[in-house]
Amino acid sequence: MSHYEVKPGPEAFLPPAAASMGNVLPDPGEAHIGGKIVPEEEAYDKAARMILGAKVPTIFPGPLVLWKWTDHVAEKAKAIRELAIEAPMRIIPMADYRPKYPKIEAAVEINPNHPNLTIWHNKIDVCIFIGVHCHMANLSLKIIRGGTSCYTIAMCAMSGHEDACLSFRDADLAMIEKLKATIKKLKSEGVESQAIPFTQFKMSRSGPIVPA
Amino acid sequence: MNKQVELKNKRIIASKHVKLGEKNRMGQTYTDINDIFYNSEQTPNFMTGSEVIREAIKRASVGTSVAYPITPQSEAAALIGEIYAEGYLDEYFRGESEFAVMGQCAGASFGGHRVFTTTAGPGTLRAMENFPMWAGSRLPIQVCVTCRGINSPLSIQPDTLEMHYLLETGMLVWHAETAQDLYDFILKGFIVAEQPDVHVPIAVCCDGFFVTHTKDTVDLSPLDKCLTPYDPYRNPQPVMDMETAPIRMMRDPFVMKSNYISYATHASWQQEIKAAVERSRKHTIPLLDGLIDEENIDREILIVGSGTAVSQSREAIRLLEAEGIKVGLVKIKTIRPFPYEEIRQATKNAKHIFVPEFNVAGWLAREIKANIPDNERVYVGPHVAGGMTMPSEVIVEEIKKHLGMEVASRGTLG
Repeated sequence: MSHYEVKPGPEAFLPPAAASMGNVLPDPGEAHIGGKIVPEEEAYDKAARMILGAKVPTIFPGPLVLWKWTDHVAEKAKAIRELAIEAPMRIIPMADYRPKYPKIEAAVEINPNHPNLTIWHNKIDVCIFIGVHCHMANLSLKIIRGGTSCYTIAMCAMSGHEDACLSFRDADLAMIEKLKATIKKLKSEGVESQAIPFTQFKMSRSGPIVPA
Repeated sequence: MNKQVELKNKRIIASKHVKLGEKNRMGQTYTDINDIFYNSEQTPNFMTGSEVIREAIKRASVGTSVAYPITPQSEAAALIGEIYAEGYLDEYFRGESEFAVMGQCAGASFGGHRVFTTTAGPGTLRAMENFPMWAGSRLPIQVCVTCRGINSPLSIQPDTLEMHYLLETGMLVWHAETAQDLYDFILKGFIVAEQPDVHVPIAVCCDGFFVTHTKDTVDLSPLDKCLTPYDPYRNPQPVMDMETAPIRMMRDPFVMKSNYISYATHASWQQEIKAAVERSRKHTIPLLDGLIDEENIDREILIVGSGTAVSQSREAIRLLEAEGIKVGLVKIKTIRPFPYEEIRQATKNAKHIFVPEFNVAGWLAREIKANIPDNERVYVGPHVAGGMTMPSEVIVEEIKKHLGMEVASRGTLG
C-alpha cells in the first residue's frame, strides 16, 4: 500500500506526483481524502467542513464550466454559483491555460502555470477545482502543493485527481448540488462559515469591474 | 514506490460511450471491451502476426492509419490498407517518412480520431522526436513496433534495442510474446491508453519476424463486435492547436521564456505524463490479468524476460527440468509501466535470476537490477543481437555455466 499522504504544503521545491508515489484513483462511488480511498459520502462531509472552516475559500472554475458548450454545462455553472453563494466562497476563474505574461492579475484570475501566485496574493486557504481539464488541474495541484499551504479539493467530471488533498470523481450537477446541501446542513447544525467577508468581483471584456 | 493494484473483479470499468450497442457502417456492433473478451466466443485461427494486426484493427474502430514501408512491419501496414479499401477505417495514406507519419498521426489524433500506425527499427529511431511530443500532448495514439536491428550495417532481423529508446518517452510500452498477445494487446491497448486519467500514447511491441512472419493459432473475438469509438471529449486537455485559447501555449512566451515559472511548469508537466503511465496500472491489470505472468516462482532459479525471449525460456526450462534442474519463469508484459512491485515479490525467494534478451544492451536486466534488493542475484544474459536467434540450448548452457555445472562441449577446430 502507498503511504504517501497528500496534504497541504508547502511540501517541496518540486513535490512528486502522487500517482508516482503509488496513490490510486477512486472507483465510481468513491472519493479520496489525503490519498486514502473513502466512500463518496465521507468526502462530502470533509469537503464541506474544510470550506466552512476556511478564511478565504475559493472556487476555481475552468473552461469546461465557464463556456456553455452543452446545456448540462450551463446547469453546472449555475449550481457552482449557488454553491459559492451558499458557503460563501469567492470565485476566481481559470478562463484559459496560457501563461500570463508579463504579469498575472492575481486578484481576479488563476493560471495553471503559476497558480501559486493567485493563492499567495489572495491568501486562499481552501480551493475547489471544477471544470478544469484534468491535465491542467494536475499541473496546478502539484505546484500549489509544492509552494502553498492551500487545501485543494477537486470536483472532477472524469476519474479524479490524486494530486488534490481531496478528490471526487464523476462530478456532475447532482454532486455539486449535494456538496451545497451538505454545507447547508452543517450550517443548520451550527457550523459557521469562517470566511472573511468579501464582495465578489465581476469582469467585463476590458477587465475587472470594481465592486460598488 | 509503486503499490500493487489489487485485482478487485478482473474487469475494467465498463464503457459508457453513447454509441455502445449501435452498429457502424460495416455492420459491427460497438461493444464494451469486457464483453468482447470475456462474454464472447473466441474462435481459433491460424495466421501470421501481420495478419493478426489486420484482424485486430478490423475490430478496433480506428479512424486513421498512416503507413510507411519498413521491414518487418510493411506487410501489416499494407494489410491495413486493404481493410481501409473494404471500409473499416475512415482514413489511410502513406506518409513521406516515419517522422512525417508520426506527425500526421498527431494531427489525426488532435482532430479526434483513434489512430494506429506501425513502424520498426530505424523507422522507430527516425520517428523518435514525435513520441515524447505525443505523450506531452496527451495523444493516445497506438504504434505497433515490430522490433528489428537499428544500427549500421543494417539488419532487418529481430532485435529489441529500439525498445530501450522508447522507455522514457512517456508512452506506455507493452511487449507481446506471441501473436495472441499481439492481438489482445492491440485491442486492449487502445482502451487503456484512452482512459481519461491515462490518455498517453502506447507502443505495442513485438519481436519482428518471430511474431510478425510466423504462423500461430490465435483466438479471435467475433468480427461483428468492435471497440467503442474514441471519445475526444474524455481528453484530459484541450487540443493544443497553437493558435487559439485555451491552450495557445506554444505561441505565447512560455516555452521560449527562460524563467523559473516555465521550468516549474515543464517539470510538473513531465511528472504528470509519468503519473499518467502509472495510472494505467489500474486499467491494465484487469485486462491483461496482471502486468506479469508467473510460473513456479518459488524456485531458487528464475528466468525473467519479455517478448519471444520468454518462449525460448519456456523450452529451456523444459530441457533443464529433464536434467533435474528446476527453474521458474516470470514473463513481463508491460515495460512501461514497469511492474516494480510485482517483480520484487516474484523474485523474493530466488537465488539466481537470469534475464535473456534479444539486444546487446541488456536494458531489461538493468531495469530489474535497479529495482530489486540484492541485485547481485541478477545475471545479465544470455544475450543475442543483430538478428541472431536464441536457441533454448544457449539459455540452458548459460544457466549451467553460471551455476558451475558441467556444460556439453561445443567442439573445437582442427
